[in-house]
Amino acid sequence: MAAPRHATMQSISNGGTQGSDRPHTQQSQQAQQSQQSPGLRVPSNRKTIYDRHLNRSRNAELSRASFAFLFGEMVTYAQRRVTGIQDLEKRLNEQGYPLGLRLLDLLFYRSTSTSSSALSSSSTSSSPPNRPLRIITLLHLIHGPLWRLLFGRAADALEHSVSPDTPNEYMITDNDPMVNTYISAPRDMSMLNCAAYVAGIIEGVCDGCGFETKVSAHNQPTELWPSRTVFLVRFGDAVMEREKVLERAGVK
Amino acid sequence: MPDKHRGVFSLIIINKAGGLIYQREFQAGLRKLSTNDYLVLAGTFHGVHAITRSITPKIPISQPAQPPATSSTGTAAPATSGYSYPNPGVPVSGLDHLETDKFRLTCFQTLTGTKFLLFTDPLTGSVDTIIQKIYELYADFVMKNPFYQIEMPVRCEAFDRHLGAWLRGRT
Repeated sequence: MAAPRHATMQSISNGGTQGSDRPHTQQSQQAQQSQQSPGLRVPSNRKTIYDRHLNRSRNAELSRASFAFLFGEMVTYAQRRVTGIQDLEKRLNEQGYPLGLRLLDLLFYRSTSTSSSALSSSSTSSSPPNRPLRIITLLHLIHGPLWRLLFGRAADALEHSVSPDTPNEYMITDNDPMVNTYISAPRDMSMLNCAAYVAGIIEGVCDGCGFETKVSAHNQPTELWPSRTVFLVRFGDAVMEREKVLERAGVK
Repeated sequence: MPDKHRGVFSLIIINKAGGLIYQREFQAGLRKLSTNDYLVLAGTFHGVHAITRSITPKIPISQPAQPPATSSTGTAAPATSGYSYPNPGVPVSGLDHLETDKFRLTCFQTLTGTKFLLFTDPLTGSVDTIIQKIYELYADFVMKNPFYQIEMPVRCEAFDRHLGAWLRGRT
């Protein structure tokens, strides 16, 4: 189920970025040097985002307003040809999915090179942090490091489903999702939660780690947190089976 | 009733075509107009505002034989018989505020032509600050909302919430 999607997404994304982005920037850089053409702006010190070290994340924050406008435009774009709320959420989810796949590599790269203890708990041998093998370590990775990478803070809660019928369901709660800060859905679409995009990112991260999942975003407003959102993570049967085997084998 | 956000009665937002796009009272028990009357009020105000802009008195630019009473028109070239506004550096704003014994109506027009009308108590201070904050909230929670259509009525729950919370917060 997840494997073909994974493969197609990757091939699409490979073709998309590496084919176009880099030459484009170089071109515009050259153009900038020869004639001051009004195209892409290059910083005065000629250092583009590609010249920056991948691990330098401090002081590299982006403007929240420009993100809000970009995300708003993404929602508008996704809304253009949809049939209903579920379809719209599915599209947002699909926009987030490839980002999750790629973000995972950056996340691992940053966690290893800073030798932080964030990931080392997930490894069997302590020195090089492995990718998470068990569900709990994966969820901690999402709840902590991934959330910090994306939003600058950890998520607010991580829970396991209390119902015995659905042991494969986990919930990650964000009291005030950054993507929804400026969004108010119209009344006839009150079920819609644009954090479906973030759910797609989570799904991509899980798939990238080899956990087949379905993630959805749900509104759970409270008095204090009107845009509180619960991300419902549903692992596939194969994952649950493997989890049992790993538990018996004592893998952490 | 001694309300927390005493002083601010209501807010009206008019789009650049003169249509009413937002109307809200901030105090309980204020007498309401019908929706139609609010629309008429917005349209009328829009017209009056345009008239006040066009009737702004112009003064002749430094005629040769005139005493230099109109000294503020210093930038214009002499010898032309044109007319200029008293202070050419400042754009013609039109109606800015309207004051009665019982209330004060402050009009703030953005560079894009949207008008914010704020009805306050005449004794309320720092109305400009309030209007600036309302404009900021509007720019944040209305214009950044992908479900808001430009020039259409504002129905943004986050805007309502933040506006109410902010006005309640300031005493």
